[in-house]
Amino acid sequence: MAEVCIIYDKVRFEEKALYDKALEKGVKAQMVDAKGITVSTESKKSDFSLGDVIMQRSVSHYRGLYLTACLEFLDFPVINTFSTAEICGNKLVTSLALAKNNIPTPKTQLAFSAETAIEMIRKTGLPLVLKPIVGSWGRGVFPLRDEETANMIVEMREENDSPLARIYYVQEMIDRPPRDVRCIVVGEQVVTAIYRYSGEGEWRTNVARGGKAELAPVTKELEDLALRAAKAVGGGIVGVDLMEDKARGLVVHEVNNTVEFRGAASVSVNDIPGAMIDYAVGIAKK
Amino acid sequence: MKKECQECGADISIPEDAVVGEIVTCPDCGGDFEIATKAADKVELKPAETVGEDWGQ
Repeated sequence: MAEVCIIYDKVRFEEKALYDKALEKGVKAQMVDAKGITVSTESKKSDFSLGDVIMQRSVSHYRGLYLTACLEFLDFPVINTFSTAEICGNKLVTSLALAKNNIPTPKTQLAFSAETAIEMIRKTGLPLVLKPIVGSWGRGVFPLRDEETANMIVEMREENDSPLARIYYVQEMIDRPPRDVRCIVVGEQVVTAIYRYSGEGEWRTNVARGGKAELAPVTKELEDLALRAAKAVGGGIVGVDLMEDKARGLVVHEVNNTVEFRGAASVSVNDIPGAMIDYAVGIAKK
Repeated sequence: MKKECQECGADISIPEDAVVGEIVTCPDCGGDFEIATKAADKVELKPAETVGEDWGQ
């Protein structure tokens, strides 16, 4: 029987749910703290007791990403792969992957200096949404509704120490209901879909920002789009976020790597962690 | 089980089903601590990492 290793740096609802579900299914499982692992270029797989398949669940994106690179170097199968994690961890690269694969996605413009960003915003007209290319839980996502604020935010970004802050990712503001759709994709299957409603006084729909979850029907269109989006970033276990554009219908705006499912699990009738464990066991057998 | 807060000395309740790696918060000072080790009658805490810029999904 395959042994599943859940790598964490902070145990959340999700990691506990995965571990408990593995045990419930009679699957051998262990939890390992990413912060305690060291790897060398001379390390061998046999130096580590990390089971047959690894579920990378670090909350820190870069820790998870680069530890995954090391684990793949050692020939451990990791969910998700370094490649999927790298694409999903960067909104710019994700948008390009979606567009390249003809998946409907909000029009996104990219600029590489404050001057061209301001010019691009002025030419396009407002409202627009400025997002950091790396970041999550909706941090640093700004709706740009008037020119003065837009210029000020670009100026703020210019003064930021991070070189990534000076890459400008500007997206059209989608005319949508006050919710988005999160699909949890596990391999070739959409396990569940939820609507995420913005919390009070909030425009973003992230559950981490107080967004509320409600079960959404998995229509054929939604399923097809979510599976295609997951495939476009390399597949695995991902959270595909979509918006219901009043003009165009469903558009995919984000694919999440270390998908959180606490909100989804609270309303879903399907066994989300169970599907993830089954998928991991399947990968281990390959 | 209770554990003394390393910051302010208040009692932090450790839930029965808490596991190593989970974060507990002091009810008095709001300090976050990670459960470093846990046995039947003994639990060790260490200061938790602060939320990083790259945290999340």
